[in-house]
Amino acid sequence: MTVTDRPGAAATARARPTLAVWKFASCDGCQLTLLNCEDELLRLAGAVEIAYFPEATRAVVEGPYDVSLVEGSITTPEELERIQHVRAVSGRLITIGACATAGGIQALRNFGDVAEFRSIVYAHPEYLSTLSRSTPISAHVSVDFELRGCPVNKHQLLEVLAASIQDRKPRIPSHSVCVECKRRGNVCVTVAHGTPCLGPVTQAGCGALCPSFDRGCYGCFGPQDTPNTASIAHQLSELGMSEPEVVRIFRTFNAASEPFRRESERHETGPAPSAEGEDA
Amino acid sequence: MVETRLIDVTGLQSLLDALVARGYRVLGPTVRGGAVVNAEITEVADLPRGWGDDQEPGRYRLRPRDDEALFGFAAGAQSAKPVFFPTDELLWRGRRTAGGSGFEAQSAESAQAAQGGGVEEHGEDGPDTRPTALLGVRSCDLSAVGIHDTVLTGRGFTDAHYAQRREGAFVIAVACSDPGGTCFCVSMGTGPRPEQGRGAPFDLSLTELLAPEHRFVVEVGSERGGALLDEIGATAAARGDLAAADAVTEQAAQRMGRRLDTDGIRDLLYASIDSPRWDDVASRCLACTNCTMVCPTCFCTTVEDVSDLSGESAERHRVWDSCFTADFSYIHGGTVRESTRSRYRQWMTHKLASWHDQFGSSGCVGCGRCVTWCPAGIDITEEAAALRGVPGSNLPTPTSPPTPASE
Repeated sequence: MTVTDRPGAAATARARPTLAVWKFASCDGCQLTLLNCEDELLRLAGAVEIAYFPEATRAVVEGPYDVSLVEGSITTPEELERIQHVRAVSGRLITIGACATAGGIQALRNFGDVAEFRSIVYAHPEYLSTLSRSTPISAHVSVDFELRGCPVNKHQLLEVLAASIQDRKPRIPSHSVCVECKRRGNVCVTVAHGTPCLGPVTQAGCGALCPSFDRGCYGCFGPQDTPNTASIAHQLSELGMSEPEVVRIFRTFNAASEPFRRESERHETGPAPSAEGEDA
Repeated sequence: MVETRLIDVTGLQSLLDALVARGYRVLGPTVRGGAVVNAEITEVADLPRGWGDDQEPGRYRLRPRDDEALFGFAAGAQSAKPVFFPTDELLWRGRRTAGGSGFEAQSAESAQAAQGGGVEEHGEDGPDTRPTALLGVRSCDLSAVGIHDTVLTGRGFTDAHYAQRREGAFVIAVACSDPGGTCFCVSMGTGPRPEQGRGAPFDLSLTELLAPEHRFVVEVGSERGGALLDEIGATAAARGDLAAADAVTEQAAQRMGRRLDTDGIRDLLYASIDSPRWDDVASRCLACTNCTMVCPTCFCTTVEDVSDLSGESAERHRVWDSCFTADFSYIHGGTVRESTRSRYRQWMTHKLASWHDQFGSSGCVGCGRCVTWCPAGIDITEEAAALRGVPGSNLPTPTSPPTPASE
């Protein structure tokens, strides 16, 4: 198993595959997760050549790169072009975090009028060059793997990198957070405390972090593979959440992910949401 | 002839002390995170003294009792399952040999104990090799352990890790005095009184009596159980104590929160494969897996290989899985059971019908956990009744605070 065996790999025979880390519209939290690997960082540096990572070092090794990690969403015309460049110089392109995989919290603009709030916030809105919507990387270029989370989980990030280096499938489950809660022996915060929780419709990966501290899940990791958002929304209402609150709980870091977007829109205009046919 | 003894609360403490002295890790019910859970205990004070519970579909609340009962609650948040069948079990570990041409495999035995039995995975510093003494196993859960014994050790291939944990374990059952709103062990013929020969064997079985004195009638189920009682000086139970113990479980049997009509249930499920009811339940089902995680008989697992960054070492783990995930039925080309409708149908049909064909019993013991811990409050007894076309027949008399049965 060598680097050159890989289809689409940009590298010629190198000792270590090269890694590039790119930033688009984002808070840098996912890149920090990589830097927070502390104990594993030296081993990581042994396994890959960190070739482009402005958050960590000014030293740049010229591309193309075997593996690219892409953080952030596409929100400007400049980013529209830059992501094409990143795709062109990358063997494997892995998006990291809610921004890159679903548009992030900045995708709240998708539900509003950018021209309007731009004129309210900025003294000279004409200086601003921005798109009307925040979109995930996959809306613009082909993506080899999407890693969820806000931010991504350190263990999952290392697993995806290890899998990429070793040419195997990453072990990233797409089931609900509930599986992690039960494996940890947590008592369900919804059933035992009446706390609203998005865990049943949210993809695992965080290790059930919030429920482990008696908090409801915020859905940072986006929808699980079979999300019944209508049923959980019904439960949220039963637990006392108002319709605007239901809209808001679906509109955080993964607001633009398809199942969460659709469910939030069902609750926007008052009661009696019609189950189907709303998204034209 | 059943041998019975009597101990008081001090005697129960002596029992715990004797188990610890014999090197057991004693697991028992305790209050944690707003529920009764199993954890390591050493004292009677660790038990849920004065706590009861209210359980209904999708809802669990602890409720203070007006007495000092130590076992006055129904099924806890988790059964005995994680004790003998950990959520994450290391199967083996391998390391690349020098030169990188081969692998050196290390059996899981040395590392297996480090998994901590799934109950206190994070609390142990090193491998815990102590055998387990499990206190407070209810009759429904005893039946479930019996089912696991059949599935995991009673067929072609024995699960060595499970067998090892079970073999060394000391089991103290407790008769149910206050069944919950989602209990239906009477329907499934699994309780409320632990009976030797039904489900897994027990070493001792307690029935708690609160008046006039707080005491426990103890049924001896094994020689080592009897020896333990001899050691702590347990007296013989008087006829009046035995009658009082009988009354406890007789009353409990009258106060089941739910009922499941098992008459012809296997054929009913098989005949219902195209029932529109599956669409109805799928509209509510979250496919979150909670029912299968808390079910004391669900045993599905998946195997995961983990390798480190350098590719020098790898581990194989067996972890709990669930038929409610898309990955569970994923084969080359896609997921077989794409819809939640098909997943719920698979689970319920296996539990109540094909389990009979596969293992010779029902896969449901009536503990009610899947009903209580479903965030959407889906009730298997209600679904079964709906398939029969008689909705609501699952509700007998409602249970409320434990007052003497008045009806």
